[in-house]
Amino acid sequence: MKLNYSLKLVTIICIIFYTKTGHTQNFENYSQALEGEKNSIEMIAVKGGDFLMGASKNDTSRGNDEKPQHEVSVDDFWIGKYEITWEQYDAFVFGEFGPEQFKSKDKLNTLGIDAVSGATPPYVDMSFNMGKETHPAVNMTQYAAIMYCKWLTSKTGVFYRLPTEAEWEYVCKKGKTDQASDFKDIAWYNETTNEKYEKTGLKTANNLGVHDLLGNVSEWVMDQYDADYYKSSQKNNPWNKPSELYPRVVRGGSWKDTKDKLCCTARGQSKQKWKRRDPQIPKSNWWHTNAPFVGFRVVRPKTQPSKEDIKTYWLTVIEDYGLN
Amino acid sequence: MEQKKNNLSRRNFVKGSSLAAGGILLTPSLLTASPIFNKAKKLKLAVVGCGGRGTGAVSQALKADENIELVAMADAFEDRLEKAYTSLTKMFQTKKLNVKPSHKFVGFGSYKKAIDAADVVILTTPPGFRPQHFEYAISQGKHVFMEKPVATDVAGIKKVLEAAKVAKAKKLNVVVGLQRHYQSSYVETYNRIQKGDIGQIVSGQVYWNGSGVWVRPREANQTEMEYQMRNWYYFNWICGDHILEQHIHNIDVANWFIGGYPIKATGTGGREVRKGKDHGHIFDHHVVEFEYENGAIISSQCRHQPGTKHRVDESFQGTLGTSYSHGGSSAILKKYDGTKIYTHDSENDVNPYQQEHNRLFKSIRNGEVISDAENGAKSTMTAIMGRMATYSGKEITWDKAMALDHKLVPDEDTLTFDSVPPVVPDDNGNYPVPVPGKTNFI
Repeated sequence: MKLNYSLKLVTIICIIFYTKTGHTQNFENYSQALEGEKNSIEMIAVKGGDFLMGASKNDTSRGNDEKPQHEVSVDDFWIGKYEITWEQYDAFVFGEFGPEQFKSKDKLNTLGIDAVSGATPPYVDMSFNMGKETHPAVNMTQYAAIMYCKWLTSKTGVFYRLPTEAEWEYVCKKGKTDQASDFKDIAWYNETTNEKYEKTGLKTANNLGVHDLLGNVSEWVMDQYDADYYKSSQKNNPWNKPSELYPRVVRGGSWKDTKDKLCCTARGQSKQKWKRRDPQIPKSNWWHTNAPFVGFRVVRPKTQPSKEDIKTYWLTVIEDYGLN
Repeated sequence: MEQKKNNLSRRNFVKGSSLAAGGILLTPSLLTASPIFNKAKKLKLAVVGCGGRGTGAVSQALKADENIELVAMADAFEDRLEKAYTSLTKMFQTKKLNVKPSHKFVGFGSYKKAIDAADVVILTTPPGFRPQHFEYAISQGKHVFMEKPVATDVAGIKKVLEAAKVAKAKKLNVVVGLQRHYQSSYVETYNRIQKGDIGQIVSGQVYWNGSGVWVRPREANQTEMEYQMRNWYYFNWICGDHILEQHIHNIDVANWFIGGYPIKATGTGGREVRKGKDHGHIFDHHVVEFEYENGAIISSQCRHQPGTKHRVDESFQGTLGTSYSHGGSSAILKKYDGTKIYTHDSENDVNPYQQEHNRLFKSIRNGEVISDAENGAKSTMTAIMGRMATYSGKEITWDKAMALDHKLVPDEDTLTFDSVPPVVPDDNGNYPVPVPGKTNFI
């Protein structure tokens, strides 16, 4: 009996240990806790595979940038069950950035991280008084969303990033998100909202268990927007790595969009005018002033990429001189 | 007054001498006199105060007019000036950037040379220095864009009000960076309130509750003056406290929509969270009640405390309905039964900061006059009155505040980086924080 008990204990300890280190995370849904934070981030396991990305050439309701439809293959990954909320995002914006807040220097080195820097606190209320706490965070730049992922990675020792455009569409299509019989059940959009976003997770999840993929807030993905990208994109894990500040891709549509705009293939793009009320030059690297409809969710690849590959995801900042 | 006479007579002289005067046409006051030839005239722009906002304002001015060039820059610090210049070179062709090295003016008092070189000047230093810059620019017959607030003390307010009169007499355009006046959602709301859509305003709540701004740490070899000039936000004489520096926007909306300025103020405030040695002596929260002549009461809140609820907007209650306005999103007018009277979606509105300059330069070109300075001064004064109420804990009336001998800012022309600033730390490095009940109206 005694031996048996000890074995059980050891087994439990081992499980806890492995779960904490993350490398041997079973490929199933899990909750990512953050040390010192109240909230955790729910992650949904998504088995990769082949799918047809984009809209069919016969679908005249879809834009040319959604065509041609082409075969794409994505690897296994986890994706956030919900959009990142204000309480999750503010932990980053208003967090401490001393080395004691993060994993060891050696550990961060393996994740391609030399330093972690925080967003400048906003001068105004970036929620536009639409709600905080478990409402989705909005108005952050894509760079800020990526830096959130870097911060999250540094805190947890687990590599997180934004989804690629392909991964996002895969989750949307595989979860049959836009095949819901009544969109009102699965999404917040112009016709169903009170001119604002709503708390995450109030609507029914898609078939994979992911909430609010369509509507509520549009979501940053990792890609540069290029209307012609589908003509030449690679089959395996495509990613149009950004080299220009604008436009970059957002997906899913938001509370501002009408129902007909909500679709797994619709491609949104960032605009300079999303910073038009930023009175300073250079404009903020961290905040949009006019994008209260853009947020994000995070992704974790099942197989952690090499340090060199991870580094390519921590995009360098491009100063915004607001040319238009 | 002597200055004013001279300028007026010079204008008359030039006007009489027509196009043949050639180079003399550079006198800006002439522009208002001969609009027909205005498009051909290249306008010279100078900026005084080259921070992020000054750089932003220059870029908007350069975009607002085809035939314009930046010719001079001034800042207390060379590094800030050069950073601004570098940013501008990334945005504009040399056609619009014509700042010779000899026209980059650095240090206290450098404003004069920059202003002298231009037809239109952008005044975007921290607010304590604004009255002196504005007074000089108007005395020299320049059109002005100046940021809010326009002063930090009553002496400065009086200087701006006086110069505002001179500007009107000289037909000089003055745009003040209270950009809500140039933002469609606010202008529409104002027009509808004027029309009586929500009746007469009886009360309102205005907010700038956020988490605060940057802190610039003290560096080795800095004099106390240089430290304060770098970390200016935390020093009342330079910044005016955040009730002026930020919250003026919302207080100004109350004045604008009500159509007047408060007769008195009471308030409470202090520093609870942001109270380190690197935070100078300003408060981190103020709550003020402003009373207007018609009996309307406005509650005003501003807070710089991370982790607290952020809110930056304005609500008003009228005899027939309510209005809600938010700089970023919307304006909504409603009846008390909840029926919507008006909703403004600002997504496609023109950038209000750009609109300020579009209007300024259009007005200059068409020989019209925009006169924002008086309201800029009086809304700044409203915020100063609020600050006096929270610092002292006493009731203050407009008339009493305006009658005070209240001067926080020294004559800039006498300052060097070795000068002793108006406020200095004690032996432990702490600055004297106002104490309600003990502190007078400062």
